[in-house]
Amino acid sequence: MARDFRSVRTAITAKALSLLPRHWKRLLSERLIRLLLAAAAVVSILTTVGIVSVLLFEAVLFFQQVSIWDFLTGTRWTPLFESKHFGILPLVTATIVTSGGAMMVALPLGLLSAIYLSEYSPDPVRRGLKPVLEVLAGIPTVVYGYFALLFVTPLLRQLAPGISVFNGVSASIVMGIMILPMVSSLSEDAMRAVPRSLREGAYALGSTKLEVSTRVVMPAALSGIAAAFILAISRAVGETMIVAIAAGQNPTFTLNPFVPIETMTAYIVQVSLGDTPTGTLEFQTIFAVGLTLFLITLVMNLLSQYIVRRFREEYE
Amino acid sequence: MAASHPQFDRRMARRQWEGRAFQGLCLLAVAVALALLVVLLVYLAHQGLSRVSWEFITSFPSRVPEQAGIKAALLGSIYVVTIAAVVAFTLGVCTAVYLEEYSVRNWRTRIIQVNITNLAGVPSIVYGILGLEIFVRSLGLGRSVLAGGLTMALLVLPIVIIAAQEAIRSVPPSLREGAYALGATRWQAIWHLVLPQAMPGILTGLILAVSRALGETAPLIVMGALTFVPFAPDGPLSRFTVLPIQIFNWTSRPQAGFHEAAAAGIIVLLVLLLTMNAAAIVLRNQFQRRPEG
Repeated sequence: MARDFRSVRTAITAKALSLLPRHWKRLLSERLIRLLLAAAAVVSILTTVGIVSVLLFEAVLFFQQVSIWDFLTGTRWTPLFESKHFGILPLVTATIVTSGGAMMVALPLGLLSAIYLSEYSPDPVRRGLKPVLEVLAGIPTVVYGYFALLFVTPLLRQLAPGISVFNGVSASIVMGIMILPMVSSLSEDAMRAVPRSLREGAYALGSTKLEVSTRVVMPAALSGIAAAFILAISRAVGETMIVAIAAGQNPTFTLNPFVPIETMTAYIVQVSLGDTPTGTLEFQTIFAVGLTLFLITLVMNLLSQYIVRRFREEYE
Repeated sequence: MAASHPQFDRRMARRQWEGRAFQGLCLLAVAVALALLVVLLVYLAHQGLSRVSWEFITSFPSRVPEQAGIKAALLGSIYVVTIAAVVAFTLGVCTAVYLEEYSVRNWRTRIIQVNITNLAGVPSIVYGILGLEIFVRSLGLGRSVLAGGLTMALLVLPIVIIAAQEAIRSVPPSLREGAYALGATRWQAIWHLVLPQAMPGILTGLILAVSRALGETAPLIVMGALTFVPFAPDGPLSRFTVLPIQIFNWTSRPQAGFHEAAAAGIIVLLVLLLTMNAAAIVLRNQFQRRPEG
């Protein structure tokens, strides 16, 4: 009986719907589609909210037991040992060593490559070279880690036998190779955006190509180049596998690149691979470290965007 | 006056010499970068090529380096990447359509846009922490292939969104206006005209996203993928490992035999990536050849 009633009602609803003017139905489905699309767009917001709240929630639990001051200024990081110290500075210095070293490789090579591509190379050469250089950026980081540990480190140890098996320097060199395409590609875009008329004006005044490149094009593209550098540093700070494989797992408070060190990212990997039970203070350290990492890279990314927006030279 | 001529000539010669030296330096920088790429590839081929075989691809990992294979890792990678691709494609295209075709430019859409740019810059390991807390622990999916795929989907979502937005933006407005003039609704114009035109661009972005997901290691380690898996994943809730983690594991071991296996695994991984990138380039060329609207 009840089922009959329901089927009758369904039939009536269907009839009523079919009697609705067609454009109403279309309007209804248009609304529905719009709502679904907006819901998808909200997912990206939820991702950010999720990242921030997950990191904050667990980090707050951590900071209830460890003072923020000790965390930020302590020079010993031994959460997994018997006598526990929670000073993040050793992880920070290791991150500075590896990403600073990477920039020392990527900055000159990347900038010079960008100048070559933008100012010197003929167009077909540029179009051929660019994708090849970008292959370097597409190689998985675990491959670079393998290369650093098993090729670059033995090579360095032949040149200077005092270097440890795990060290900051080979991780830096290889990480520099990895971020080089990012520096060169973004800097080149910035330099190519400088209008021809500026270059031609400088040539008309008798400048050589070197003078045009370094005294006209580079200053004009400086905001874009600076933004590229900052983005590249941020990428190096967040890079994980190269340092986890090649730089070691010794949180040492040092700027010496030849000894084993442990970056923030490598520490998170170390805990994840270990058997530290979730919910313990030891495990919560990865959220405190993760939050620090997140904030550092966020500030650098925002700074890079700000520089592009604020200091862009507009010619038109 | 007369004395300035030799002086000018000398300075001119020096400036031109400096110019040539600088050009040489720039060329050298490019050459160094390319040489490093060649050294990397040659070294890998030298180390691992002899280990690549059908048996290597179809064997499970082993304690004996010479018998170790990548079957479990390869299948795990395929599972994770497929889940990530489907989820990221759906969410990414919907988001891009909403931002480009529906939303008005106001503070809310600007927040979404800035947010997407920033998400693209979040270190991948942080996504691992997110995946661990949300998918593995809160939603109770466990350290499964599904949780790994969803984590990867969030990681590559910004890439898909940005590529899809650019592709949709490049569809000429005249196409939409023509459809509206014939009485089409907004969605009909999008579904029948805008999306088909934008699809090569969107697919290029998707392939880039998938190759990123295929190569990522850190987030999956953090969310708890295994490092030694002697079985193939048998469903979405199965535990798993992926190719990069297998490579990482072999690299970390002291025996040279495992290092060779790692190099062989890397060769397989790079061949997969190269194939996908070639597909992306072909698609992009097709896209560029398309005549204007």
